[in-house]
Amino acid sequence: MTALGQKDSAKHSSIMQIILQVLFILVLSGLGYLVTQRFKLIISTIQLAKPIELNDQSSERWKRVFLLAFGQKKMFQKPLVGFFHFLIYAGFVLINVEIVEIVLDGILGTHRIFAPYLGSIYPFLLDFFELLALGVFVACLVFFMRRSIIQVPRLQVQNHRELAGFPLKDAYTILAIECILMLALWTMNASDAILQARQVEHFEPVGAFVVSKNLIPMFSDLSTSTLLMLERVAWWFHILGILGFALYVTYSKHLHIFFAFPAAYYSSLESSGKIAHMPSVAHEVKLMLGQPVDANATVPEQLRFGAKDVMDLTWKNALDAYSCTECGRCTEQCPANQTGRALSPRKIMMDTRDRLEEVGKVLSQNRGQWSEDGKSLLGDYISAEELRACTTCQACVEACPMELSPLNIILALRRYQIMEQSDAPAAWNSMFANIETNQAPWKFNPSDRLNWAKS
Amino acid sequence: MAEWAASGESPEFLFWVGCAGSFDDRHKKVTRAFCEILQNLQISFAVLGTEESCTGDPARRSGNEFLFQMQAMSNIEVLNMYGVKKIVTACPHCFHTLKNEYPDLGGNYEVIHHSTLLAELLAQGKIQLKEEEKEAVAYHDSCYLGRGNGIYEAPRNIIQGLKKELKELKSCRTKGLCCGAGGAQVFKEPEPGNVDIQSKRSQEIIDSGVQKVALACPFCMVMIQDGLNKHGKDKEIQVVDLAELVQQTMI
Repeated sequence: MTALGQKDSAKHSSIMQIILQVLFILVLSGLGYLVTQRFKLIISTIQLAKPIELNDQSSERWKRVFLLAFGQKKMFQKPLVGFFHFLIYAGFVLINVEIVEIVLDGILGTHRIFAPYLGSIYPFLLDFFELLALGVFVACLVFFMRRSIIQVPRLQVQNHRELAGFPLKDAYTILAIECILMLALWTMNASDAILQARQVEHFEPVGAFVVSKNLIPMFSDLSTSTLLMLERVAWWFHILGILGFALYVTYSKHLHIFFAFPAAYYSSLESSGKIAHMPSVAHEVKLMLGQPVDANATVPEQLRFGAKDVMDLTWKNALDAYSCTECGRCTEQCPANQTGRALSPRKIMMDTRDRLEEVGKVLSQNRGQWSEDGKSLLGDYISAEELRACTTCQACVEACPMELSPLNIILALRRYQIMEQSDAPAAWNSMFANIETNQAPWKFNPSDRLNWAKS
Repeated sequence: MAEWAASGESPEFLFWVGCAGSFDDRHKKVTRAFCEILQNLQISFAVLGTEESCTGDPARRSGNEFLFQMQAMSNIEVLNMYGVKKIVTACPHCFHTLKNEYPDLGGNYEVIHHSTLLAELLAQGKIQLKEEEKEAVAYHDSCYLGRGNGIYEAPRNIIQGLKKELKELKSCRTKGLCCGAGGAQVFKEPEPGNVDIQSKRSQEIIDSGVQKVALACPFCMVMIQDGLNKHGKDKEIQVVDLAELVQQTMI
């Protein structure tokens, strides 16, 4: 009877194990599919924007990737914030190495599959991961305090209208998820350590780890079956949390964890004040001035001069918008924003992304084809007043840790305003007329240009 | 330039005077000061005179690419006709446009800003200085010199090279606050806001406690002077261009 019961329960637990393995594989592939679909949609939305050639000087570009993205050079301009940000980044990247083990355990139904192979290195690695997790946890708490208690001005919704609603919730959600994931990791390891000490089957003695061992007293009164449950729940929570987070990130400002790298690679190697050349205009101007035009040159067909909507921008502008993590360093430095004007470079980036997301929705509902929805970036998201407040001082580009350029988007929209809508303040129209007729932006007689030398 | 071309010689530099340097009464003084320095040091230079035309910077930054390219192509035609190689200018906007934006349209020149040239001349000991009491001078960074072209040191080297005490403003170098003129703002009324940008910047100058602020841009000159006027500090704080600072201090 007893022997039979044990046999039954062993059979029962192995069936349970197989069910869990299958479930894990289903969840993993399901979420993997959803994340891939999201990335595909984002990339095809970005590709809807105009082409631009940015593959020159690859060694210089890789240097950018190492300095700006891996090295986070510009983050350290605010050393303390840079340090905490680096903790989260290092923790995130390195702890994810452990995900490989978790995923393999999930698929194969094993427990700590790497432990036997790594021997004494294994506990050392896990100690290291736990310390990184502590770093992440502390840094997230610091960032939480910077938002809610210290109230860093650039992160406050009362100062910056663009943060109202989802962006603010998004910021707190990310910090909360990261903290909870770290707690799950420690809970898993702490209950594991107690189960090892109780010599429960499957729980190979790998020892207690540096952070989670401090949690052992909290759990040591629990029964073995409760601990088994706790360990599994924490394990599932940790891995589901990470997979769910990967999906959430594609909707969040936190997407910079992936896009910071291509954004750094394709960042401008030229002066931040340089405005993109328009060959299509050059062709027409040459014809007007009677200058020779290259008959063989293929003139890009220009449907619009400047940008009215996101697809008139370049794909780099679109990539910038998706890479922006809404830190507000740009807006903090913007002279127009500092003096109470409507312009906020961060809002320009967020509006561009919101509009791209809206365009992406149309794409996904329309089998990858774009069809007009009667809206546009200029007008529905960004106003003329905002655009006109820009002094093109480049403080936003300089301040951005990833060298993203709100300025390039502003200038592309301005070109549409002026060249397509002929929508300029009267004073600008006079300035244009003066340049055309007097060769100077003011109404002076061009023949007086050398008069300064006479007196 | 036409006279040089007729004589078959070529000067060391073409001095691109710019619209403000040609027409703005205040900035004409800067143009004359810079010319005086060049003449004293027997550096040969030419100007285009009435053949010079707006670079198109304000047109381009406001969004009028057609007008910009019309200006640029006409200017490039003139510059290339004279075979100009080296250009010096006292305007960061002309400097940036000629240096970084004309090459796309076939205008390739070595372009330097007058602050770079003056700093070099000082460093080479070519400029003899008067014995003077050490005065404190603040420097206001222009966006198109600093962030746009990474020129932060040359203007500071001039101030220190003239044996003056350099005062840094609250926001300086990469974080230097704009005067509010760029992006064609100086040619229209500002958009609605709490305070004018030039007033905010001028307040930083007032707070630094100096009696003299040096800058290197005709539009910054207009805006900063306006800001100081509005604060009622125009009598107490003098606004000078780096060329004037050099000219006033040299023998």
